[in-house]
Amino acid sequence: MSLETVVFYIFGGLMVVSSLAIVVSRSIVRSAVWLLGTLVSAGVLYFLLSANFLGAIQLIVYAGGILILIVFGVMLTAKSPYVRFNARPREIAITALVGVILFAGLSGLMLATDWPAIPDAAPEREVRPVADIGRSLLTQYLIPFELVSVLLLAVMIGAAYLASPEKK
Amino acid sequence: MTDVYVPWPDRGPKQFRGPAKLIAALAVSIYRVFRLPIRRLAGLILFAAVGGGCVFAWAVFLLFRTVLQVQAHLVATGEVPVGKSIGLEKLRLGIEQLELLTPAWLLWPFQWLVVRDVIGVIGAIAFVSLLAMYAIWWERKTAGHIQSRLGPMRVGGWHGWSQSLADGIKCIAKEDFIPDRADRPLFRLAPYLCFVPVVIAFMALPFGVYWVFRELDVALLVILAMLSIDVMGVLIGGWASNNKWSVYGAMREACQVVSYEIPLGMSLLIPIMVVGSLSLSKAAEFQQGGWFNWLAWHSPWTFAAMFVYFIAAVASCKRAPFDLPEAESELVAGFHTEYSGFRWAVFFFAEYAAMFVVSGLLVILFLGAWDAPWVALAPEGWKDGALWQQLVYGVVFSGPLWFVFKCLFFIYLQMWMRWTLPRLRIDQVLYSCVQVMLPLTMLVLLCSVFWELWLPSSLAAFWVTKVISIVLALIGAVGAIAVLYVAYAGFSRRRALVGSQAVGRPLPGG
Repeated sequence: MSLETVVFYIFGGLMVVSSLAIVVSRSIVRSAVWLLGTLVSAGVLYFLLSANFLGAIQLIVYAGGILILIVFGVMLTAKSPYVRFNARPREIAITALVGVILFAGLSGLMLATDWPAIPDAAPEREVRPVADIGRSLLTQYLIPFELVSVLLLAVMIGAAYLASPEKK
Repeated sequence: MTDVYVPWPDRGPKQFRGPAKLIAALAVSIYRVFRLPIRRLAGLILFAAVGGGCVFAWAVFLLFRTVLQVQAHLVATGEVPVGKSIGLEKLRLGIEQLELLTPAWLLWPFQWLVVRDVIGVIGAIAFVSLLAMYAIWWERKTAGHIQSRLGPMRVGGWHGWSQSLADGIKCIAKEDFIPDRADRPLFRLAPYLCFVPVVIAFMALPFGVYWVFRELDVALLVILAMLSIDVMGVLIGGWASNNKWSVYGAMREACQVVSYEIPLGMSLLIPIMVVGSLSLSKAAEFQQGGWFNWLAWHSPWTFAAMFVYFIAAVASCKRAPFDLPEAESELVAGFHTEYSGFRWAVFFFAEYAAMFVVSGLLVILFLGAWDAPWVALAPEGWKDGALWQQLVYGVVFSGPLWFVFKCLFFIYLQMWMRWTLPRLRIDQVLYSCVQVMLPLTMLVLLCSVFWELWLPSSLAAFWVTKVISIVLALIGAVGAIAVLYVAYAGFSRRRALVGSQAVGRPLPGG
């Protein structure tokens, strides 16, 4: 068993365990910390797939940015230091239903896909993932890219409006 | 009269029995033998240890390079299939064919990447720990001299050189204290969440050509990611302590670091745009050829980006004047109020290691990485010449030693700022980030884009940029010499300054 396989199983296992723990944990901050485990494991899996750029972006954007904002929000809004979730049965039922549908859909898709085996030989062409991603974002996928940035702009304007002092 | 409370009763020296007595006697005799030389020659021993450590690291590096060389040779000649382990006989053959002198048995264990990796990780952790230990001692000395006192002077003899060692032993021996209502698992996790990402950042940070643990094409992004995960440790530690001062410290950290990450990343984009790669080794390659080729003087915009980056880096390392998460005078000790002993020390290790990493990024992306300013004067062929030529080249012209020196200079600059500037308020910190630095960085980024795209197209514009870059390089040289001179002047007058600034006449008792 190669080192890559060992690392894959360690981080795959960590990802499964921490994903479950996010749901099971009753303390909201602990959920956030388990989320860190999931996001970092996903980043490590990207690195194992030689998608270095994607892995680094995953770590910067999700683990280093969004998660910190989540924890910060939790800390700001929590009235007592130990906020606990007490989900109602109806909420649990809805969440379980959504989860089952998502799981069935994803696993069905995974089973239906024909996964091509990766040839051992390295590609001849020089791989420049960052440059390639940048070029395709600004040519082939320009419209979706711009639409996403318009969405982010709208979010920013909304945040600025909410943060501005109240007008009478 | 008899029941006067004695807080520290005199129990006499501790008595040992059995094997403990033997060990104690041994320790005392070793102490008696080595006490005098260590006290007399402490400075000499310290410098010899540093030099020996450097030579040892170089020897390990040469060994690793030889292994790779022999491996590549054997694979190329078809003696050994790719990816298979090599026997001693084959190794001897390869060494003979390459006319090397290394014994085969020494090379044999290092042919596996795992062995080299483990040694690399141990080396990185040892470097981080030693760096943190001596940076703390250095910081206390600097603080002392700036505040007209001596700093640590006693432990170990020569200028208290083993003060950090004694503090480390104290920290390990202290009670491992966790507050009653704290979130225990998170409280335990937090220091490591601070320390581990910084060590991982060292894995991607190159110290020289080949002196890098893993050559990554996105090294810069990985290091930035690790620095941003670092914040989580502080946040979680502050929250898990269940102490309002800690939570205030953690919140300030979150506000400050998340907002300063934007100018930090954007100012690093400017040299990256000039180089055209996210790999730090490529950035270093781009700046070969001495002072005038360094990226800081490439255009006015990289020059400005260097200062923006340094300010943002100081803020992201939570060093003064941005040390709000700690803020001793307001929040007791900020996010680590409830921490003690070794866990507390781990936070400091992480802080000093992060200082080194951000200084390293500054040095690699703006200031010529591991080259000396006069690297262009190096004699031809010394880079790959005889061993002594390589040694002289590595020490005088270009090598990891120069990289570490430059980083230490920027660490010193951060210490200097810490003990000189007053702390900002949190609203001033956020104002200066969002309303001053962010627009400034965006402007610089935009100007840099146009500068790179349009200006070098014609010959006249090429010469204009060249002249501007030379003028900037000269300004930079004058600035660097001035800063070094002021630092030296302060250091050389430290004895005169002690006791003369704050106190008009000698204190009672000298």
